[in-house]
Amino acid sequence: MIAATKEKVADVVATFKSTGRIVIVGASLAGLRAAEALRKEGFTGHLTIIGDEAEEPYDRPPLSKQVLKGWVPADHTKLPRVREIDAEWLLGEAAVRLDRVNKLVHLAGGDQIPFDRLLIATGTRARQWFNPKEAALDGVYTIRTSNDAARLQEALAAKPGRVLVIGAGFVGSEVASVCRELGLAVTVAERASAPLVGALGGVIGKIAAEMQQDHGVDLRCGIGVKSLEGDDKGHVRRAQLSDDSVVECDVVLTSLGSIRNTEWLEGSGLAAGFWGVGCDAGCRAFDINGVVTDSIFVAGDIARFPHVLYEYQFLTLEHWDNAVLGAAVAAHNMVSLEADRWPHLPLPGFWSGQFGVNIKSVGVCPFGEEILFTQGSVKERRFAAAYGHRGRIVAAVTFNHAKWLDHYAAQIERSAPFPPPPAGFDRPRDMKPVPAEFPDPRVPTSLPTVILTGHDPTERGAEFQARLH
Amino acid sequence: MRVVVDLNKCLGYAQCAFLAPTVFELHGEEALMYDPNPGDATRLKVLRAAAACPVQAILVEHLGDKDESPAS
Repeated sequence: MIAATKEKVADVVATFKSTGRIVIVGASLAGLRAAEALRKEGFTGHLTIIGDEAEEPYDRPPLSKQVLKGWVPADHTKLPRVREIDAEWLLGEAAVRLDRVNKLVHLAGGDQIPFDRLLIATGTRARQWFNPKEAALDGVYTIRTSNDAARLQEALAAKPGRVLVIGAGFVGSEVASVCRELGLAVTVAERASAPLVGALGGVIGKIAAEMQQDHGVDLRCGIGVKSLEGDDKGHVRRAQLSDDSVVECDVVLTSLGSIRNTEWLEGSGLAAGFWGVGCDAGCRAFDINGVVTDSIFVAGDIARFPHVLYEYQFLTLEHWDNAVLGAAVAAHNMVSLEADRWPHLPLPGFWSGQFGVNIKSVGVCPFGEEILFTQGSVKERRFAAAYGHRGRIVAAVTFNHAKWLDHYAAQIERSAPFPPPPAGFDRPRDMKPVPAEFPDPRVPTSLPTVILTGHDPTERGAEFQARLH
Repeated sequence: MRVVVDLNKCLGYAQCAFLAPTVFELHGEEALMYDPNPGDATRLKVLRAAAACPVQAILVEHLGDKDESPAS
């Protein structure tokens, strides 16, 4: 009896693999690699890829570096394919609604695309400047898409008098670095105490700030931009800062982080919102009540999944390898029996090239409270540092010291003690952990909340409470 | 020809920068910048660079010279 059921389930999966319909929404790194992985897994059914950008999948990291510099044209970063995917491509078509009951994805043009299994990989977009009138001034840019990069590159090539970068995260800092390489005057305005503070903390932020200043960046930290002003032709010319100073500038890059593309999932009953799309570590989406779904999967920047190494906290990782690895796991699990499923448990990692320094990290730095410089020399900007949380190592960062990163990755994976045993080589003189100086995560927000309703098990459920403003 | 480098893997050994200097270059000691769409004239050099990479971080498209063009 049990054997017969098992066989039946196996048959269903086998049939699905040969004749099922899979739809992938999102045609960037995660969407493409998932499609390739599905074919590798032996899925021979109908595959549809939906993407709101007209271009075929391209790589984004070069946009803020090689492309802005003018070395590589913006449309030259298309991703190499690793296998034929024989898919139906619906590019330049935004998905606007998900109908879970009838298993349909609605497109902006009105078409409805049926699926048996769905992969959500819609990623993020650039947060726009808060004042739409000012955002519409000529000379005000964001950078996320290949078109964005093409426009900004053209503006930089025209040798503007001064560039203002608002926001000193990784992208803003990389753009400031390119501006200096191009010999352009650049001001960076950052509300936090230093660049990169959100990702790496204040201790590393201080070093990043010195790097910018040494390269001639006019860095203003602890400062907001109140408004942007244009000339009578509608071209941006100056910015008013919160300390009442004025910056004259001809190009403004607003680099204010990203917003997750989940609006199209409103009303779908999935656990989707500003935080991303909740899912289990096997990439299966949760419904709004936190119950796992069987036919909807999530990968890439918007997937919020629990991570065993970080006390099972739910993490979204806007990292390149998270998209690649998550896509492979999601694809595998979409066409596999329960017992064969894989977990998506990557050790997070990222890199950033700026001011001639290669910054790399493994683990989740903001999870740590303390930091310890373990190797190299801060003065020479060639060092490794480890982050600790309750006596164990949870992350590490290197500046021009990448060859040591695997050493720390292995320790993080083993939850090794913090402070870690001293490396046998190139030790700094002062090896004392200090507070890592991350901003307080408890600052009040006005983000939407979820409320619980119902009392009986049949009625109990969650509902979104609308944003108050 | 399409190229992508997994810069998580890349450790700045710079073998690629010696073998295909017009395609791969180091900024500072170990920050790699590269041309993701080099001309076909560099194909052999790029393939050599990919083969020589100690951490195998360079991915070159191997689907033949023709791209699979998505019909939109």
